[in-house]
Amino acid sequence: MSETVRLYFDVDGEDFTSAGQASVQVKKSLRQLGIPPEIIRKVSIAMYEGEINMVIHAGGGKAEVLICEDCIEIRLRDQGPGIANIEQAMQEGFSTAPDAIRSLGFGAGMGLPNMKRYTDEMKIESEPGKGTDITMRVYL
Amino acid sequence: MTINQMAEALGLRVLTAPEGERECTGVYIGDLLSWVMGRAQCGDVWITIMSNINVAAVASLADVACVLLAEGVVPEEDVIRTAEQKGINLLCAQQPAYELAVRLHELGL
Repeated sequence: MSETVRLYFDVDGEDFTSAGQASVQVKKSLRQLGIPPEIIRKVSIAMYEGEINMVIHAGGGKAEVLICEDCIEIRLRDQGPGIANIEQAMQEGFSTAPDAIRSLGFGAGMGLPNMKRYTDEMKIESEPGKGTDITMRVYL
Repeated sequence: MTINQMAEALGLRVLTAPEGERECTGVYIGDLLSWVMGRAQCGDVWITIMSNINVAAVASLADVACVLLAEGVVPEEDVIRTAEQKGINLLCAQQPAYELAVRLHELGL
């Protein structure tokens, strides 16, 4: 996995309306690099879901995208409340999002399942009270 | 069928169509944004009644051909501006989602 391009983003936890800016920027960068459209779609959807999760649950965080010869790796780090039961959180429909978020069309319990669906590898490390680290890979 | 052709055939109101010549290849109906991102296909006409600013981001990332707001829903001005900037076609209609879907089916989608 020889690294060619690395992108960093701070995900603002305060502003829900601008959530997704990092994902949109990644989409643009991947397009400029000539990455195939279906790969771009997978990466940007997985990253957007992660970004939204960080805004809803963790007050923001940091995102890093590594574009390598054979894959694209997305690393998401936050210092939020963590995930108490990862297996439960991975089930479609399970959500702890507040009602205000649901009324905007989020919080359907599809975020983590979509991240898994659209990536080839996904690893979640989380400790309640400390935060969550997620690493996802999409192979080219 | 392109977005412009669909708008004319169905008498839709075009709020912004920066990519009006884009082809539509299917239809997806839904209001839960993550659900839409998980299921909608690239090139779909996405019919929804959700009109907040996040709809523009979801449409862009899921790479749908357009957002078609049903039931007379009209978004805020900043949503239209954002859609335009992101190259998202945004249209609206008085008809409910089912009726729009039936018409789109008759048009070959």
